[in-house]
Amino acid sequence: MSYHVNEKGFYGKFGGAYIPEMLYPNVEELRQNYLRIIQEPDFQEELQALLKDYVGRPTPLYFAPRLSEKYNTKVYLKREDLNHTGAHKINNTIGQVLLAKRLGKKRIIAETGAGQHGVATATVCALMGLECIVYMGEIDIERQAPNVARMKMLGAQVVPATSGSKTLKDATNEAIRDWINNPENTYYIIGSVVGPHPYPDMVARFQAVISEEIRAQLLEKEGTELPTYVVACVGGGSNAAGAFYHYLDESEVQLIAVEAAGKGVDSGESAATSILGKDGIIHGSRTLLMQTEDGQVTEPYSISAGLDYPGVGPLHAHLFESKRARFESATDEEALQAVLELTRLEGIIPALESAHALAVLDRLNAKPEDVVVINLSGRGDKDLSTYLKHFHFDEK
Amino acid sequence: MKNRIKSLFEQKQKGLLSVYFTAGFPKLDDTETIILELEKSGVDLIEVGMPFSDPLADGPTIQQSSTVALRNGMTIPKLFEQLQDIRQKTQIPLVLMGYLNPVMQYGVERFCQKAAEVGIDGIILPDLPLREYVDEYKEMFEKYNLSKVFLITPQTPEERIREIDSHTNGFIYMVSSASTTGKTIGLAEQSQAYFQRVAGMKLQNPGVIGFGIHDRETFASACNHASGAIIGSAFVKALQQEGSLQQNISSFIQSIKN
Repeated sequence: MSYHVNEKGFYGKFGGAYIPEMLYPNVEELRQNYLRIIQEPDFQEELQALLKDYVGRPTPLYFAPRLSEKYNTKVYLKREDLNHTGAHKINNTIGQVLLAKRLGKKRIIAETGAGQHGVATATVCALMGLECIVYMGEIDIERQAPNVARMKMLGAQVVPATSGSKTLKDATNEAIRDWINNPENTYYIIGSVVGPHPYPDMVARFQAVISEEIRAQLLEKEGTELPTYVVACVGGGSNAAGAFYHYLDESEVQLIAVEAAGKGVDSGESAATSILGKDGIIHGSRTLLMQTEDGQVTEPYSISAGLDYPGVGPLHAHLFESKRARFESATDEEALQAVLELTRLEGIIPALESAHALAVLDRLNAKPEDVVVINLSGRGDKDLSTYLKHFHFDEK
Repeated sequence: MKNRIKSLFEQKQKGLLSVYFTAGFPKLDDTETIILELEKSGVDLIEVGMPFSDPLADGPTIQQSSTVALRNGMTIPKLFEQLQDIRQKTQIPLVLMGYLNPVMQYGVERFCQKAAEVGIDGIILPDLPLREYVDEYKEMFEKYNLSKVFLITPQTPEERIREIDSHTNGFIYMVSSASTTGKTIGLAEQSQAYFQRVAGMKLQNPGVIGFGIHDRETFASACNHASGAIIGSAFVKALQQEGSLQQNISSFIQSIKN
């Protein structure tokens, strides 16, 4: 079975480009050009140079001794939190902005949940001197204030999405509308492996640098390129797609995707799409989607703004359905405990999103000789106010 | 039975007025009242909107009417129930317009069958792409004698317009400019050039212009370039005025037509 996109833009039955005609020329232009452009030597040269000297790649693959001791297995952390701007998102925005420039676009739009993609987009726009507009749910603007400040400082215009749940889904709707209204000069940098084909494939390719590095680094450290487990959190799923990419066809590597259970999968406040969702269409792609019986998109919930999305990328829907990946979920509370655990055991404060991946360590039943790679997708600075509130560090 | 959209365009080639409203708005049970009053006011074709939580191609007005309609309890089964006896009361062509996901959850074939049963003539699903339609659904739509109406925009290349024309049987929905619904800008010169370009292509289907048509001037101007025009957001706004629904509908339509 293939886990990669086919020429029509589908992963199994998921994917495609379910878009209004108004978006057709933009998406078609991208579809016809993305593979050719990103394979050009001068594109790769510019991309690799920026990834190395600007983003700070390769990111370390860190053996976490105290975490390993606690769970009685070998735990490695892929330190995407050490990227410039503090998360994996910049791997993709660098790639897409270089592509946008080659397509002659002058204006960049993006959607963001936790703000990591917004910051990464604002950063590359500052770097390239391009106009940048970031759509962000009103609620997320409140809970991720430091990232909003960063975007503004970088010169981006942050536009609040005020419809629906006022989170990532609605920010995405607004960004798509902007694109419809500005079809010629504008490039839409989607931040996850969602949206119409070719976005899921393109974003996965830009994030695949993560698994490419893991293979090389693991070979050096463990004498094998193949870990027993690769664990990553999934909202839309871009960091997971990147961590899984070069392992998709290595069937002995177990891929673990961790969704946000919110207040519990059955609580009515959750974002665990693989359990709560069914086949549907959102943001131009056929995938697993949380929805009512009548096909209305359900409001998701997670304490982490980056996982607060009612769907997953079509690649993940396919990995779930084909059972290639095992889907787990972690509650808000479990994620918060994992934050504290990593902080106290290894001196690393993770993003709330990444903490969901850490939270399932005890459920893997990993053996002492197993190698577990957890993709630490982002750092926790942006979540400090949540941590402060939850752990009561503000009490005298 | 002959498709009512086909008959309409055979009888009337110019100045057609099509009106969109969101089913379940302002009140859940207004659907029949609005249809009958629109017909009485002299509208030629009606687009009944099936509300969706995430209407990508629509602007704030229709998004808001959709939100209210959903809150009122509108669903596809409920809408079919409301339309059950509509053909005993009117023969005006009726088009259902909405997004693919709710239709997919209802079941596309079941949807087509039920639509045909209550007397629907055409379907508009902006996010069902031409390719998927041709590969998966075209046979189904044709079996139930439903016109599938596609959108084109100023950016749609000629070759694709011809392809769309070859798979359409009803009319072509010409989006006036690059926009979501409800932008009340006038029809720019750029749009005029696009209208003329499409008119010059001598397509087999008539064209109807939509998006941004909101008053007598924009309606008249659109009618100069196509068989007719579609009003959506401006009508949805008119439904929210104080006063009776009937009064609001009739005075809005008079303001467009006379």
